[in-house]
Amino acid sequence: MTTVIEKAQATDRLVPGTPLLEVRDLHVEFKTKDGIAKAVNGVNYSVSAGETLAVLGESGSGKSVTAQTIMGILDMPPGRITSGEILFRGQDMLKMSNEERRKLRGRKIAMIFQDALSSLNPVLSVGYQLGEMFRVHEGASRKEAKAKAIELMDRVRIPAAKQRVGDYPHQFSGGMRQRIMIAMALALEPDLIIADEPTTALDVTVQAQVMDLLAELQAEYHMGLILITHDLGVVADVADKIAVMYAGRIVETAPVHELYANPAHPYTEGLLRSIPRLDQKGQELYAIQGLPPNLLKVPAGCAFNPRCDKATDLCRSEIPALHQVLDRDGAELAGRKSACHLWKETLHG
Amino acid sequence: MPDLIEKKTAAKIPAQSGSSAPAPKPEKARSLGSDAWEELRRRPIFLISAALILVLIVMTLVPGLFTSVDPRAGDLRNHYLSPPNYSHLFQADWFGYDGQGRSIYSRVVHGARASIIVGICVTAAVTLTGGFIGMLAGYFGGWMDTILSRVTDVFFGIPLLLGCLVVLNSFTERTVWSVVFALTALGWTQMARVMRGSVITVKQADYVTAAKALGASTGRIMLKHILPNAIAPVIVVATIALGGYIATEATLSFLGIGLQDPTISWGIDINSAQKVIRTAPFALFFPAGMLSLTVLAFIMMGDAVRDALDPKLR
Repeated sequence: MTTVIEKAQATDRLVPGTPLLEVRDLHVEFKTKDGIAKAVNGVNYSVSAGETLAVLGESGSGKSVTAQTIMGILDMPPGRITSGEILFRGQDMLKMSNEERRKLRGRKIAMIFQDALSSLNPVLSVGYQLGEMFRVHEGASRKEAKAKAIELMDRVRIPAAKQRVGDYPHQFSGGMRQRIMIAMALALEPDLIIADEPTTALDVTVQAQVMDLLAELQAEYHMGLILITHDLGVVADVADKIAVMYAGRIVETAPVHELYANPAHPYTEGLLRSIPRLDQKGQELYAIQGLPPNLLKVPAGCAFNPRCDKATDLCRSEIPALHQVLDRDGAELAGRKSACHLWKETLHG
Repeated sequence: MPDLIEKKTAAKIPAQSGSSAPAPKPEKARSLGSDAWEELRRRPIFLISAALILVLIVMTLVPGLFTSVDPRAGDLRNHYLSPPNYSHLFQADWFGYDGQGRSIYSRVVHGARASIIVGICVTAAVTLTGGFIGMLAGYFGGWMDTILSRVTDVFFGIPLLLGCLVVLNSFTERTVWSVVFALTALGWTQMARVMRGSVITVKQADYVTAAKALGASTGRIMLKHILPNAIAPVIVVATIALGGYIATEATLSFLGIGLQDPTISWGIDINSAQKVIRTAPFALFFPAGMLSLTVLAFIMMGDAVRDALDPKLR
């Protein structure tokens, strides 16, 4: 087994300056009975080794569809990738053969799902499922696979791993199951992990433990991590940068603390204001009015305009591009972009 | 590095204690099969049906253990001679004699062979062919599903008994194997349908997506992740059908189109006994009773196995 540091160095050597994963202008749509639902409309983002990107958005904002497209597990049909590139170490995965992509999955890119109980096969023991990673990808024997499964369970801090390796998924608690999912994703030490709402199905206290574990292992293995969530609280401690999605577009990207301190998009602002806070006890909690748009009928102009209290006529007619955000002196703020015609007013107002 | 991790692990273990109850028997690897076995061993229904089936299988393999009387040796002096008050067990005249003066007990014992072979072989063949076709149709969907499902529908439209009459009529000499062939050719559709439906449900499960996302191949997903989860309904249908196939074989033999006389079958004996049901009811009762008992044993067995194989029911 290569040590973590060696692996990290190897990763860096292979990607001089280029990000680990880059999504360029991705468009995905779904054919439905009522028409074509445009789930992803020109998403761009990138993750480097050792970096955590949080993709934030409501249900139906296209965050999970983007992740499924990256993994190549989108159901097609009804899904369809109309344009775009997904570059993994500079190679467009959308142009690879199914077999080439399959070899990347698990080995180079792995995924953690929301509901660990339904994501683990109920009729196979967790030890078998963990060991399967080694047996399929590395041709390990049953015995080796079992030993490695125990090692992995230890690594994700499942108590008494040796005794529990033969247990079935339903015999574990929610938090333990999610640890097993994490262990499975980590098994082959991939370069990139996509975690699709990994803590949504868990209790709040367990959420924190699982997130801590994930962040720690990510740092240890020097992996890229795409964390998909709708929970602003989960993101704050773990992520390096955030991409906020709305109606299939990225509306704002920023380094995590800057986004929390000073959002440059009214949607982000609304999201941050709707987090309950202790010092506002007794006051009514803010909520963004209205509902997310129907993807079959996205409003003209900025998709957020019907819910935005700053909307102007320009917002209702023209789709805003993802602008580079500048500070008050006109200098570029690194990594900060906003798809709002009124970003200046929002950021500085 | 491992040292470092172990230290960390040790330090942080108490974080979650609720779920960490130590297993009672450490180091004992439990597979699904051994778990199911543990479960089955404690079920009286399983034990009774297993004992019955075991006896039937032994009867099939070595009928000589149960009787030394030749089932084909007739002595017309014994024409429908009734059993002598059951005062002595396991003798040639224990169950009485049939119309040609042959020992009914011996015929019942030797008749098990046809029924068990037909039941087991047809079920195996039907499960394999139907299961395979249903798996392909369910997993791949699209045009593959369309074609396979229509073919299934065409075969499903043929009535089992009528179809068997036609198929078996085309054989000049009908043996157990021709009955197996006929029943398989017409019976696989049921399994294909059950399997297809089951596979369609299972393939949408998150763990299938997860397996895909972790790089499992199509064959592996089908065999390791879909099949074990989709097989439960097939097992249930197969065991119920097993009893049904045995009954169908008896029916065909009863109708005179299944097995023919030198072969010994409960169906043939039931047929020849129907004419004397009032004067010699025992001639009908014993083969028919064995038939019912056999069908019942397999159905009970199927039920118990299903309950044990499904970890969600525990």
